[in-house]
Amino acid sequence: MKKILLSVLLLNLLAACSSAPTKPDVAEVPPANTSANADTAAAQAAADAQAAADAAAAKAAADAQAAADAAAAKAAADAQAAADAAAAQAAADAALNKASVYFATNVDAVQAADKDTLLAHGKKLAGDAKAKVRVEGNADERGSSEYNLALGQRRAKNTKKVLVLSGAKASQVTTVSYGEEKPAAAGHDEAAWSQNRRVDINYNAGK
Amino acid sequence: MFRVLMSIWIVFCSQMANAELSIEISGAGEHQTPVSVVRFAGEEGGTQSISEIISNDLLRTGLFKLIHPAGRAPHVMSEVKYVDWYGVEAIVMGSITLQEGGNMLVTFSLLDMVRRSELLKLTVSAPQDQGRAIAHGIADRVFERLTGTPGVFSTRIAYVNRDKGHYRLVVADSDGYGEQDLLNSREPIMSPAWSPDGAKIAYVSFEERRAIVYVQSLSTRERRVVADFPGSNSAPAWSPDGKKLAVVLTRDDTSQIYVMNADGTGLKRITFSDAIDTEPTFSVDGKFLLFASDRGGTVQIYRVAAEGGAATRMTYETGNSFSPRFSPDGKSFAYTLFNGGKFYIVVNDLGTQQVQYLSNGGWDKKPSFAPNGKLILFATEVQGRGILASVSSDGRVKQKLAAQRGDIREPVWGPLLKR
Repeated sequence: MKKILLSVLLLNLLAACSSAPTKPDVAEVPPANTSANADTAAAQAAADAQAAADAAAAKAAADAQAAADAAAAKAAADAQAAADAAAAQAAADAALNKASVYFATNVDAVQAADKDTLLAHGKKLAGDAKAKVRVEGNADERGSSEYNLALGQRRAKNTKKVLVLSGAKASQVTTVSYGEEKPAAAGHDEAAWSQNRRVDINYNAGK
Repeated sequence: MFRVLMSIWIVFCSQMANAELSIEISGAGEHQTPVSVVRFAGEEGGTQSISEIISNDLLRTGLFKLIHPAGRAPHVMSEVKYVDWYGVEAIVMGSITLQEGGNMLVTFSLLDMVRRSELLKLTVSAPQDQGRAIAHGIADRVFERLTGTPGVFSTRIAYVNRDKGHYRLVVADSDGYGEQDLLNSREPIMSPAWSPDGAKIAYVSFEERRAIVYVQSLSTRERRVVADFPGSNSAPAWSPDGKKLAVVLTRDDTSQIYVMNADGTGLKRITFSDAIDTEPTFSVDGKFLLFASDRGGTVQIYRVAAEGGAATRMTYETGNSFSPRFSPDGKSFAYTLFNGGKFYIVVNDLGTQQVQYLSNGGWDKKPSFAPNGKLILFATEVQGRGILASVSSDGRVKQKLAAQRGDIREPVWGPLLKR
């Protein structure tokens, strides 16, 4: 008898587990039902025992199937929610991992496309008072080196302004310009220039 | 401080390397004096002999037509057959004698072939490894005797060599040979500027990972920080008396021009705009500054009194104008014009207001006059590499000097040294 009950328990557990392995709390419900059926079964006559046990086993199996279906549905919903949360987190991480913003030719104003990136960095700095960043301005090579140094400085300054508006303290952000001296891409074409008209947000600048 | 010592090192010994550069000369002037430089007696074979260096020096001024001696080989006046030299107005000839102790004795003559007279005759003794210096010295004397203008072949130039993230501040002979490193760094170097006496160079170094202005002595290699304000410190320019430095600082927000004493004291702000004002350069009399500014929308050249005051716009070319430099006579200024995707070296005549294009257009940046005003040095690019180039001030003769390694940037011609 106990063997049968145990086997029912195992069956339920297996059914639940196999359909929702990540949700052990769901699998705890069917064993409670099974033990109530077991009490009833124990009060029956020995002659009826086999039939009752069969019935209990059938019911337990049916219950287990229902529970497993519910668990599967819940797991799927949970997984979707988790995926949604992960996607949101990934987007935030992506904004933070993106440490460069780009500029139009001979323009020192931050572009609308980069506002989200700077907002994420501003919030991060607001949430971590100890963090410091160095905002490094750059320019493409179409100018004199000195003019480009000045242009890179203005780009860095304007980027700092947006970070501060997004929550960073001014003391957390230093600016520097490298002008045209540290291009990210080589070549006299727009593909390279567009990469070089940029400001890098550097968390590892040391000072 | 230790980090600074690790990231840069200053080279104390001079490194005389051979043939760092290869030279290509093109173009011809209209009113060139036909001269011939005869191979000196006792000259060794191979490249860049004394007579060849003299020839190249004279050639790249654009003022001379070099006539090949074609087998004629006089070394002293008595050996000259004047009828053989029809059409040649002057010849340079001489001889080299090796002496005990490694010195060489160089005797040279400059003959006026029309009047059949000896214009110059000199003998120089120097260590054998000073052949290039002797040749440039002879070319200087020949040039001055023939044109009335001092030669600049013994002067030096400075430039930045950028090679895969390795930066060197280099001082070299005016023809690009005899390179010596003044500074080595893993961080960028910009805007070298010679002091008027040729003893020091001011420059911008990023070794502290932002732009700071230093002044360094060429003889002792000692250097000091002269501008280290918050933000960028850059674009140093010496006043003609060497007592003041104009610099560009961002300490009061955007890049503005300041003048201070050469030791960094007595800072005074000169321009007051909310635009970019940069690349100041003093006029020959020290009373004015030219500078580049985008205050009018495009980048143009402006002039302001060295004491400060209202600025006057000087250029109206389509495109953007950068890097102004006064000519040594103060009558014109050269600058870089960027228009239609190309950089040009142009000269603006202050008298006529006319603009003359001196280069064909490309990646031509940062003009710098030779101290006699006859040549303009600039940076250009050939096949993706930054190289030195020069053009005669009439635009007729162009010269390119290709470095063996790295990109050459920011060249600047040094002053005429007293001899």
